[in-house]
Amino acid sequence: MTALEARVRTRRGGFTLDVAVEVAPGEVVAVLGPNGSGKSTLLGTLAGLDAPEDARITLGGRVLTDTAAGVAVPAHRRRVGLLSQQALLFPHLSARDNVAFGPRCAGRGRRAARAAADARLADVGLPELAERRPAELSGGQAQRVAIARALAVEPELLLLDEPFAALDVDAAPAVRSVLRRVVRQTGQTTLLVTHDVVDAVVLADRLVVLADGEVVEHGPTAEVLARPRSAFAARIAGLDLVGGAASAAGLTTSEGTTVHGRASEELADGEPAVAVFPPSAVAVHRKHPEGSPRNVLPVRLAALEPRGEVVRLRAAAAPGGPGWAEGLAADVTPAAVAELGVEPGDELWFAVKATEVAVHPRRR
Amino acid sequence: MTRTRRGGAVTLTLPWPVWVPAVVGFGLIAVPVAGLVLRTNWPDFGALVTTPAALDALWLSLRTGLVSTALCLLLGTPLALVLARSDLPGLPVLRSVVLLPLVLPPVVGGLTLLFLLGRTGPIGQLLDAWFGITVPFSTEAVVIAQTFVAMPFLVVSLEGALRTAGERYEVVAATLGASPLTALRRVTLPVVLPGLVSGSVLAFARALGEFGATIAFAGNLQGTTQTLPLLIYIQSQNDLDGAVAMSLVLVVVAVVVIVATRTRDVSGVR
Repeated sequence: MTALEARVRTRRGGFTLDVAVEVAPGEVVAVLGPNGSGKSTLLGTLAGLDAPEDARITLGGRVLTDTAAGVAVPAHRRRVGLLSQQALLFPHLSARDNVAFGPRCAGRGRRAARAAADARLADVGLPELAERRPAELSGGQAQRVAIARALAVEPELLLLDEPFAALDVDAAPAVRSVLRRVVRQTGQTTLLVTHDVVDAVVLADRLVVLADGEVVEHGPTAEVLARPRSAFAARIAGLDLVGGAASAAGLTTSEGTTVHGRASEELADGEPAVAVFPPSAVAVHRKHPEGSPRNVLPVRLAALEPRGEVVRLRAAAAPGGPGWAEGLAADVTPAAVAELGVEPGDELWFAVKATEVAVHPRRR
Repeated sequence: MTRTRRGGAVTLTLPWPVWVPAVVGFGLIAVPVAGLVLRTNWPDFGALVTTPAALDALWLSLRTGLVSTALCLLLGTPLALVLARSDLPGLPVLRSVVLLPLVLPPVVGGLTLLFLLGRTGPIGQLLDAWFGITVPFSTEAVVIAQTFVAMPFLVVSLEGALRTAGERYEVVAATLGASPLTALRRVTLPVVLPGLVSGSVLAFARALGEFGATIAFAGNLQGTTQTLPLLIYIQSQNDLDGAVAMSLVLVVVAVVVIVATRTRDVSGVR
């Protein structure tokens, strides 16, 4: 059974968006793609803000858009919520009245709507800021109020448009954590659009990769990122990802080895998690290195991929070494490659400082 | 060059060529008003501004000014919404027409109204024949003339506010389930309230000072169409003391309106 079933074909500026997307009830699907890949057009079309040339969109059996039959349900009757980069809280209303706005539009009484608003504000951890005006809230607080406001109408589908992109680096993880929690608690059917792979890893069950207006890849998040087949997925998956369970030191892989790192937010021991680090943070050695790096592992070099300024060394598990080495990437300069004199099949050591490894919670 | 205020931001000093014309400009407005105060016959001031004609004119000016402002709000708000939000073809032409009373001499505006609504005019004829209504030289004519000249002030101010606010809040309201009418009532209008208030103040001030269109279209009948500016002009021909005293009353009313709306700090709602 599916909640959202959408097939959209429309021209926008220089490209044609032509995609089919399905989301099951309670599922979170992330649409990943570079700028100009048609992500925003897709969201606008689903929300009823953009008129597509050729589309059929159904949500829970209701037809929202059917260009062939001339059906176009207006945005306010779709029961499709939208949370964008900017919180866009109504400036003349308090945080509470902002959240109560949707329930009031749905015909709830003033008192009931305010009670619902207070409950949602508590969900996002801001019960004490109910009286504040938007101008008196920080960016992160405003976005949390916007999350509460979007969820207060209990939309059948929640659209998230790069919801953390406008927040500063310190505020983003906390807001992401709140969103993950409330989305999971309420079993909210969600379609997330982002260019940040961490958003997808933390929030999404499934991944749809969009490039030039077309779906180039889709599947469970971990699978797509582990075996990227498109150039864009490969680039975003260019981050090194290691799955496992959160532990005090960082993360414990399924085979019991430890990856040292720091948690991006508070994590319970044993909670599903993923360790993320950029290949540029990986140092490559012929011999076991001395000194401070906490994560040192033997690997077998699988491939050398030239990537502009750097050469990417792709690893495979070495006999006797940890299995999570499989697929790891390390970016080094061509000079370093020449100095090391490496070629595929060689046995090497990868080293990563614990401070370079971020441990994020993982959906499921 | 900078000037510092302790505990505050550093204010950039204005270059000197700005100051001279600024002072001259301020003087051009302030000195005549000060001269008015000096020229006033203070011992007889009370008597001069409480003659039956003066009280009639003041009362009529306030009444018609308020009614015209209400009409401007009633008609001008939807007009500004259409100009700012709709995609009607020929919108630039429509906007130019709405701005016409700003550039037209008010007397010309009054004459066009007279030609249209006068007893022999195309619409005035019908009103007379069907309903026995004669518009010109009535208090209604004063209100129509004032609305004609004052409405563009409200429309321009509100359209600017609507364009600055953009449609983003309306989009959010729609995704929260608000019908277009609910979004207009609960989001759009509250968001542009400062523009609405300042536009209304401008319109009221313009209506209060209206002279040309009124005298051409409504005439100069005490108690019916003789507003304060008209009385002041008539008085200035023979009784200068009376004209000056009533001018001062008009200045005070204008200042009260400006101060009252400024101190309400409507711009604080963002």
